[in-house]
Amino acid sequence: MSFTFVLGALIILTVAGFYLGRSRSMASAGGTASRLHSRPHYYGYFVALWCGIPTILILGVWTVFQTPIVEMIVQGNLPERMLEGDPAQMSLIMNDIRNLASGNITSGEITPAVQAAADQYVSLVQTSALAKFVLILVVGIAAIAYARGKIAPSLRARNQVEKTMMAILIICSVIAILTTIGIVMSLVFESYRFFEKVSPVEFLFGLEWSPQTALRSDQVGASGAFGAIPLFVGTLLISFVAMCVAGPIGLLSAIYMAEYAPLKVRGAVKPLLEILAGIPTVVYGFFAALTVAPFLRDQGTFLGLDISSESALAAGLVMGIMIIPFVSSLSDDVINAVPQSLREGSYGLGATKSETIKRVILPAALPGIVGSFMLAISRAIGETMIVVMAAGLGANLTANPLEAVTTVTVQIVTLLVGDQEFDSAKTLAAFALGLVLFCVTLCLNIIAMAVVNKYREQYD
Amino acid sequence: MTDAVMTDVQTPDQMRRDRAARASNAVRRSLKKRYAAEARFRAYGIGAVGLALACIVVLFSTIISSGLPAFTQSAITLNVELKQDVIDPEGTRDKSTLINANYRKLVFDTLLAEFPEVTGRRDKRALTAILSSGAAFQVQQLVTSDPSLIGQTLELSLPVAADFDLYNKGVINKGTAESDRRVSDQQMAWFDTLKERGIIESELNTTFFTNADSREPELAGILGAAMGSLFTMLVTLALSFPIGVCAAVYLEEFAPKNRLTQIIEVNINNLAAVPSIVFGLLGLAVFINFFGLPRSAPLVGGMVLALMTLPTIIIASRAALKAVPPSIREAALGLGASRMQVVTHHVLPLAMPGILTGTIIGMAQALGETAPLLMIGMVAFIVDIPGGITDPATVLPVQVYLWADSPERAFVARTSAAIMILLTFLILMNALAVLLRKKFERRW
Repeated sequence: MSFTFVLGALIILTVAGFYLGRSRSMASAGGTASRLHSRPHYYGYFVALWCGIPTILILGVWTVFQTPIVEMIVQGNLPERMLEGDPAQMSLIMNDIRNLASGNITSGEITPAVQAAADQYVSLVQTSALAKFVLILVVGIAAIAYARGKIAPSLRARNQVEKTMMAILIICSVIAILTTIGIVMSLVFESYRFFEKVSPVEFLFGLEWSPQTALRSDQVGASGAFGAIPLFVGTLLISFVAMCVAGPIGLLSAIYMAEYAPLKVRGAVKPLLEILAGIPTVVYGFFAALTVAPFLRDQGTFLGLDISSESALAAGLVMGIMIIPFVSSLSDDVINAVPQSLREGSYGLGATKSETIKRVILPAALPGIVGSFMLAISRAIGETMIVVMAAGLGANLTANPLEAVTTVTVQIVTLLVGDQEFDSAKTLAAFALGLVLFCVTLCLNIIAMAVVNKYREQYD
Repeated sequence: MTDAVMTDVQTPDQMRRDRAARASNAVRRSLKKRYAAEARFRAYGIGAVGLALACIVVLFSTIISSGLPAFTQSAITLNVELKQDVIDPEGTRDKSTLINANYRKLVFDTLLAEFPEVTGRRDKRALTAILSSGAAFQVQQLVTSDPSLIGQTLELSLPVAADFDLYNKGVINKGTAESDRRVSDQQMAWFDTLKERGIIESELNTTFFTNADSREPELAGILGAAMGSLFTMLVTLALSFPIGVCAAVYLEEFAPKNRLTQIIEVNINNLAAVPSIVFGLLGLAVFINFFGLPRSAPLVGGMVLALMTLPTIIIASRAALKAVPPSIREAALGLGASRMQVVTHHVLPLAMPGILTGTIIGMAQALGETAPLLMIGMVAFIVDIPGGITDPATVLPVQVYLWADSPERAFVARTSAAIMILLTFLILMNALAVLLRKKFERRW
């Protein structure tokens, strides 16, 4: 009884409810629709909603809680001596049972107790699925019967349907808030657990980052130091290189497009530049690692410079290319928003175009341009794939762009990709880094938005 | 007399003219400079635009030139005798016997027969390395699907191992020292002999489009990742489109202007700028660790991407709804429609092209997204083509990341080829969005 099957049955039931409701309303009005309070199909929707909403809720809740409850029952039925082991042992046994139940390969040999538990697991899941199906069927049919019974020409079906729809609309808009709350809660909660193990001061101001916690006490190079300063410096270094590329190129092309380019050129070039923002970042990462980094290394050898093959320069350059459109399109908007009268005044005084741009338009547009730069920086700080593929892994406290550095996002990815226990400081550190990343980008965005909006209001 | 005075003392009129002449000389000189500065400034602008466009050209040409070779694959044509005594000595035609038979020996022997002079064990192994490990698998598939072939001699086109494919394409060549490449001089000589006999040929790499991932580059394909992307996108679309449109309708058409709606609005704008990796952390902490949904599944990936594209869709939908003129609403209200009817019957259909355009752009973003999917375990090495939204799967950009990380040289071309396919989808989606906008855009 798969999920899709139950969902299909539910949808058929709801659609049936619609037609039953509609035909019933016509019958109750003696075949003349004008005697009804609402149009007949609203009575159909009325019944369909009565049937659909509770059954969908049952399906959702049941699906979410089925696995934990089944596992609890199976675990409770295991023989006493197996329950005595430590939690890690327990989770291993449960894993075996789960694998056995789904026909996968198990880790060790199968004891009769585990086999019995797996059989029970399978039968419980089957029973649960059947019970779910029956319950949904019963509730759906009962709801249809009840709602259908309520149908009378005086029933204000449209108002009730519209009220329900409004509730659905409100719930949908609240999801955006729930997402933010979810992000903040999950980051803060996991970071809190991290800060119970490592002090926030050490994390924010420590100079050494080596998150590999020791499995044995005598292990080499497994100090488990969580000082994030090298990561912050690395992130800033790469973002700085990126802004050195994207800043001038973005701003100059924005000026050219807004002030010089003929309409046709502008129409053709603007979407072309936007392509840069639409290319997946993994493609940039591949480009940086495959083409740019080896090219820079070869040039470096030629010039007698030692450029690491995972240098901050390569990652920064490519990231700069990626954020050109972020700078250029927003700056373009901002420059276009400068009132024409300012330009004409300047021309009237005999200034050339470039003088007008440099002495009048840029100062007037400065807040907006600063805002666009800040948005681009926040984009650069949060960018992941380019640095994962082209920057280094080792924390290296340096300001030299020719060396390999690592960033906050790279560390989040390396700490969380692959299997590991969820309580170790190593894994939790990723959430603490995520929290820092979230706060910094949020601040940058809020300030940038405020600056840009204030600037727009000035000339509106 | 007066003339002499006149030459010594200038009249005010003359003085003015003189000063003007001097000034205009100065202006003329400075103008030259100013015009030069003007031309320079303009050139900077053109240079910046040119540089940005050059980046696009370099990027695309690098990807295409390194990706094109992946679309062909060298194959060797061998007359393989499907010997009864090797495959099924007892003649039972039992399924497990057929599956477990030694097909490697069969194809290897056929290749070795081409070079009777090769005898040593090491030489034999070096020679058979030319064949891909997929060759035996291909014969196995053939025999198990049609056991009546046993005993016949078939002319089969079998894939060549990735290193020899690269040699055939000239990527590996004799220029590098023998110790630095993975194909020895002897192997090259054998391969050249085979080529002279005309049984090595380059054919369209269909494997690339019909297989999932593999450790062997010549057997690795894109279909598994493409199906994973499809399922993930279906989940994303099914969640983010209705929720996004409903939220936009509420905020634009019904919401009272109060603190709560203001908070929602600011919130949505900020969500649009949250780094994508943070959404991955959310998915890991909430969907996987809290709700216990399966790792690596398109279901979870789709949910995370849905949350990520939601702001894009809401913002685009609100703009589309805002563009519908109030006169439409007023006319409908005047005819006695309820506010909900105004929206569902009139405003929403008129705003639909704009909403769809925004949705397609949002989906294109989601299709290219990698980082959040790494967090929820969609980086696993998966050789099966996923069949549903709860099967472990990977997606196209993650496949690109995985292959880019692989040390095998032959994966470089495949990575670029995968990128080309990904970019093709993205370009198609964006073209569709532009087309929709062009065709249905209305100026009121």
